[in-house]
Amino acid sequence: MAKVKGDILIDIEKCKGCELCAASCPQESLELSRKLNSKGYHYIVKIEDNCTGCTNCALVCPDGIIKVYRKTKKKTEKIATISNVTGDITVMVNS
Amino acid sequence: MNEKTMTEEQHFADVITEESICTNENLVFDRTETLIDTPMHYCPGCGHGVAHRLIAEVIDELGIQDKTIGVAPVGCSVFMYNYMNIDMTEAPHGRASAAATGIKRVLPDKYVFSYQGDGDLAAIGTGETIHTCNRGENILMVFINNGIYGMTGGQMAPTTLVGMKSTTTPFGREVEVMGNPLKITELIAQLPGVYYCTRVAVNSPVNVRKAKKAILNGFKYQELKKGLSFVEIVTNCPSNWKMAPVESNKWMEENMFPFYPLGDLKIPGNLPKAGKGE
Amino acid sequence: MKELKLMKGNEALAEAAILAGCDAYFGYPITPQSEILEYLTQDARMRTGMVVLQAESEIASINMIYGAAGAGKKVMTSSSSPGISLMQEGISYIACAELPCLLVNVVRGGPGLGTIQPSQGDYFQAVKGGGHGDYKLIVLAPSTVQEMVDHVKLGFDLAFKWRNPVMILTDGALGQMMEKVQLPDQLPRSTEDPDWATVGKPKTRERNFITSLHIQPDQMQEVNLHLQKKYRAIENEEIRFDTFECDDAEIILVAFGLVARICQKAAQLAREKGIKVGVFRPITVFPYPYDELNKLADQVKGFLTVEMNAGQMVEDVRLAVNGKIPVEFLGRMGGIVPTPEEILHKLEEKFVGETV
Repeated sequence: MAKVKGDILIDIEKCKGCELCAASCPQESLELSRKLNSKGYHYIVKIEDNCTGCTNCALVCPDGIIKVYRKTKKKTEKIATISNVTGDITVMVNS
Repeated sequence: MNEKTMTEEQHFADVITEESICTNENLVFDRTETLIDTPMHYCPGCGHGVAHRLIAEVIDELGIQDKTIGVAPVGCSVFMYNYMNIDMTEAPHGRASAAATGIKRVLPDKYVFSYQGDGDLAAIGTGETIHTCNRGENILMVFINNGIYGMTGGQMAPTTLVGMKSTTTPFGREVEVMGNPLKITELIAQLPGVYYCTRVAVNSPVNVRKAKKAILNGFKYQELKKGLSFVEIVTNCPSNWKMAPVESNKWMEENMFPFYPLGDLKIPGNLPKAGKGE
Repeated sequence: MKELKLMKGNEALAEAAILAGCDAYFGYPITPQSEILEYLTQDARMRTGMVVLQAESEIASINMIYGAAGAGKKVMTSSSSPGISLMQEGISYIACAELPCLLVNVVRGGPGLGTIQPSQGDYFQAVKGGGHGDYKLIVLAPSTVQEMVDHVKLGFDLAFKWRNPVMILTDGALGQMMEKVQLPDQLPRSTEDPDWATVGKPKTRERNFITSLHIQPDQMQEVNLHLQKKYRAIENEEIRFDTFECDDAEIILVAFGLVARICQKAAQLAREKGIKVGVFRPITVFPYPYDELNKLADQVKGFLTVEMNAGQMVEDVRLAVNGKIPVEFLGRMGGIVPTPEEILHKLEEKFVGETV
């Protein structure tokens, strides 16, 4: 099974601190910061490094301020071997 | 707790892993093009923001930005035309479905939707709502039901629940004085002119996905020219319900959903319970 | 040129709409103008493909007009006094959003449910306001069935020229009477979209949105100043009026619409008795021919304004004259049409000092 590693970027200046993302995060990794943004809202920050990139937070965010990233270990496939004077070079592609 | 700090140039929280996975090839969710990148004026936690985003996403996925005209209501979402990068008209209070009728009748091959709150659609606009549905105009009507009047400061709506407090029902809605909450969606689902009628919510990821599917249907069914699509989104109004957003969603699940149950009221042409075609 | 046809006012107006290339008509039945809707539901759609829809109310009608006008189409509605009252909010929105459209008011006796007989009691509503806010409609007042026909194309042309709603202010008698008319040729329906219309945003332009909400006060002021500038320009360019034997007149009858024709007869009767009477007929009641009336005031003893109301246009006549000469008034209400004889009688009473 591929290991999923995710991450999010939050536009904290536009965050209104509604915490709906935190309530929907299955990893419980979001919480309100003690600090305020320039609008006077406590903004959401990540408090754990266990994001799986499930997009729950972004789906429920009313202000559309969360970008979600997800990286899976990619399978690779050998398609050719090229020989030259220094040795073999194997060409792989991601699939 | 590992609190993140922000840099001054980008107002984004930093990533903590050894190598950043926040690259374009790993991007799985981002703001869609038709949703204009500008702060929205809605209260924290208000469902309007999600509803607008879903409509924008559907328009972009179907590639119909150049063929869609929306009609905004009077209510909190009166400024919807500032958030959606499509041609839009701002209609008088209650009349969005009539304006949408006018547009669709003269531009029958375009995608037309109206977007209204509970006062707009089920109080002042009831006549237009019923007749637009009855005529079976090939449009999508989006009905944002939060059981209260938002923009004007929290008065009772036709869909306010019995016992629910508002500025005009300070002791809770009384049936003897104001009648029962109006299930307008159930009423119009009976009309043969309504091809598709469903009730969704945007309070959880599962519901957001279902709501998006409903809106997608509402646009796609216009191509069939078989009648009107009606999508009710039951949502919260944290400010006027006087609750924090997370709490308001919980209250909604416990109180609004039992009275306004989510699900299809009419799937293409048929009332599911009746089991008969129209 | 086509041959002359005998037609009823309402039907002639409806026919003129089809011939003018109207894209859509949304309306609701009300006496005395339901024939307009009925005529259009017959073969208009087959002839030009125009949309004809009976709406559920006048409120729905005007809002359908608003949506379709915003899509850049040539649209029109018609109603009679109480129905026009219902449309006022929509008209105010259309005026502020600067959308072209044609409105027809076949005026009946009022106020309230009133009668179905003709009246001119909606002059104030049409010309001075009606809906909320500082806006003006261009208002045309036909006095013959031929003008009912001619004012349709004129109305659409003015509406698109100025991006303003235009109203044809007629009455129940003109709507119902039959006269010979010469119909214009068929204009094809337009296939071009104005650049401001909501037709779907292509990548080549910014989105269009039609709104009358300008919540910042300085922005609202700007919008209003812009509208006022437009109205001043309309006042400069679009005044239309007609005169009948005013050159040597000593007394002038001022009237609009149907009443002006009755005044012509009254003037003829007066001339037979040696009183030199002329008739001044505004064709546009907005913009109003104030300057022309002011000039005429220099050459006559007085004006007698005749209307089928309690005294509405007479205020504009007095404004025009600015106290130079006496302005008398004869009004009939309740749907009663004045006779030439009673107009002559009033004229003699006020200006000649003796009655016959």
